[in-house]
Amino acid sequence: MSLKVNTMAEATAEGIKPEVLFWVGCAGSYDARAQKVTKAFAAILEKCGVSFAILGNEEQCTGDPARRAGNEFVFQMLAIQNIQTLNMYEVKNIVTACPHCFNTLKNEYPALGGHYDVVHHTTFLQSLLNSGRLTIEGGAWKGKKITYHDSCYLGRVNGVYEAPRQLLESLEVELLEMKRCKTKGLCCGAGGAQMFKEDEPGDKRINIERAEEIAGMQVETVAANCPFCLTMLSDGMKAQDKQDDVMVYDISEMILQSNIISKR
Amino acid sequence: MGIQQVLFLLVLSATAYLAYRHYHRVYKNIFLGKPKTINDQPVTRWKNVFLVAFGQKKMFKNLIPAVFHLFIYIAFLFTQVELIEIIIDGLLGQHRIFSGILGGFYTFLINVIEILSFLALIATFIFLYRRNLLKIPRFVKSELNGWPRLDANIILLGEILLVTGIFTMNGADGLLQKLDEAHYPDTGHLMLSNGFAQLFFADMTQETLFMLERAGWWLHFMVVCGFILYLPFSKHFHIFLAFPNVYFAKLRPRGEMENMPAIMNEVKNMFGLPVKAENNPDAEPNLDFGAKDIFDLSWKNILDAYSCTECGRCTAVCPANLTGKKLSPRKILMDIRDRATEVGKNIESGDLTFFNGEKPDGTSDFYKKHYQDGKNLFDYISREEIHACTTCNACVEACPVMIDPLEPILELRRYEILSESAGPPDWVPMFTAMENGGSVWQMSDEREKWRTEI
Repeated sequence: MSLKVNTMAEATAEGIKPEVLFWVGCAGSYDARAQKVTKAFAAILEKCGVSFAILGNEEQCTGDPARRAGNEFVFQMLAIQNIQTLNMYEVKNIVTACPHCFNTLKNEYPALGGHYDVVHHTTFLQSLLNSGRLTIEGGAWKGKKITYHDSCYLGRVNGVYEAPRQLLESLEVELLEMKRCKTKGLCCGAGGAQMFKEDEPGDKRINIERAEEIAGMQVETVAANCPFCLTMLSDGMKAQDKQDDVMVYDISEMILQSNIISKR
Repeated sequence: MGIQQVLFLLVLSATAYLAYRHYHRVYKNIFLGKPKTINDQPVTRWKNVFLVAFGQKKMFKNLIPAVFHLFIYIAFLFTQVELIEIIIDGLLGQHRIFSGILGGFYTFLINVIEILSFLALIATFIFLYRRNLLKIPRFVKSELNGWPRLDANIILLGEILLVTGIFTMNGADGLLQKLDEAHYPDTGHLMLSNGFAQLFFADMTQETLFMLERAGWWLHFMVVCGFILYLPFSKHFHIFLAFPNVYFAKLRPRGEMENMPAIMNEVKNMFGLPVKAENNPDAEPNLDFGAKDIFDLSWKNILDAYSCTECGRCTAVCPANLTGKKLSPRKILMDIRDRATEVGKNIESGDLTFFNGEKPDGTSDFYKKHYQDGKNLFDYISREEIHACTTCNACVEACPVMIDPLEPILELRRYEILSESAGPPDWVPMFTAMENGGSVWQMSDEREKWRTEI
């Protein structure tokens, strides 16, 4: 697979106005597991003929973990720089595969002067599907028993429950819901900057609690929508020695593994 | 004027006076919090009041307790008719003044009240069972030890007393109607209390029935007075505060933390960006950031705390609590309330040593600057608790009366990081990486390197 991903700087130099800015995020840029999601999503965009660009090295962390840890100063530093960059390129539409970036860009940047139309990649893929730009024909996932883990910042915080489920439906999987799903979805344990610190003393780690719930379900895959959930759930499976029994995928990876009818 | 009328007037006035004092005290405690203007979107706010507060919408996520709670709630609403009649009767020395006015509708109304009271009684027993015998996990958490557990049971026992009063009063009254038509106007057939009287009061003399009717009537009234005076000391204050609390609940996106204009402007200045005079009347140039005590929280945060009925739906879904961490969102609310009550009491004592000898002007701002008793919220809420939060919003989602337990947790974190430069040491490398490299991790690679590896 060879795919050229433009930065906004490059696109602007070439006089291209991309349809959408793909906000990659720290995890999507640097975390080995999340990079696969970034690449998968970029590949789908390419196949569907969506013109997109990234900020590349001009992108910085949205500041979400700093803000939730209590460090407003670091948050403002990053957010204001990002807003300057985004406004410089006159960005209107943003898509991101990280629910934390999504939430901060969508809900917190406006108060600082950054107004964009921000969607999570599952919502974006859903609209591609509904508009016929993305066509999935049968494929690897048909009839497979899977479950879906609602991330807090996509689900409960922003109320996006249906887009990821509609995508899974299009893959013709057999979706088994967890008892704690949708508004009652259980956190993976990473949010609120927990990802970047040791747990407080307790009986078990939160990702283990969630992974046990999944392991008890006779599914071979758990679909996720967040790079931090991916890490947490994978670690949870490993801790129970179930990493070969239950695979943890982002929905975009699952879509890429199916037969996408290319528009190019 | 009969002796009963005099007594009634005395009890009623004393209750009204004491109630005013107690309720006003809570009102003042709530407004120890920071001023905050909440007056946007009145239509949505009223809609919430009707659906969530009156309509109990969020209770129905958990069907069994929702149904039984609904029995008690509707019984409470309808019984007010009977209470109004009691007050008018008591003041005028009349007996069942509504029966003559309402006629057949009165019969219907009292029957409805009796049926609801009976359902409420069943609910009360089930709640006692759930709390004390079934030991539902959220009812046996450590923060309920002592007074909170007793408080819950006291109210349930009060409910039993109240219903007993209603049936004694109505039951004896039904029999008296046959014996003394002149004094006991016909209420029509009251299914439950007439049956109840047949069972227990059948062969009693008119004299005994008279005493029973009066005892039931006074019991009903006294339990109500007691209840009114008890509420401001109890978690049951939610029966009133739920309504304003829902009205003033946050309507901004859940994922939006309150902006800090002071810091935003400082950073904008740093980057040489124009700083608009932010249209934010609540923003004050402040030396401390975040919250270390109730004065730094908004009055809405404190209203949240007084509205909490300690049901624990938040704690039951908190991922940190579920996995044995110390954090319990319910406890955060209880701590804020207890601290506000403690501070309020000290302020009320008039002891000027609490203000370094300064004379208080009653404003939140004055207390924020001068109040000191050697304590703050961190004496109630430990660092471990606030550090355990994943900001997953499960507690926010779970609360039936739209309390936001998350905001105070994050405000405490802000104080710890911004004003104390403390916080979990693990976060320091993250902050450094973000500040220096614009990424949550300290990385040597370029951010866009992945695109060369496709």
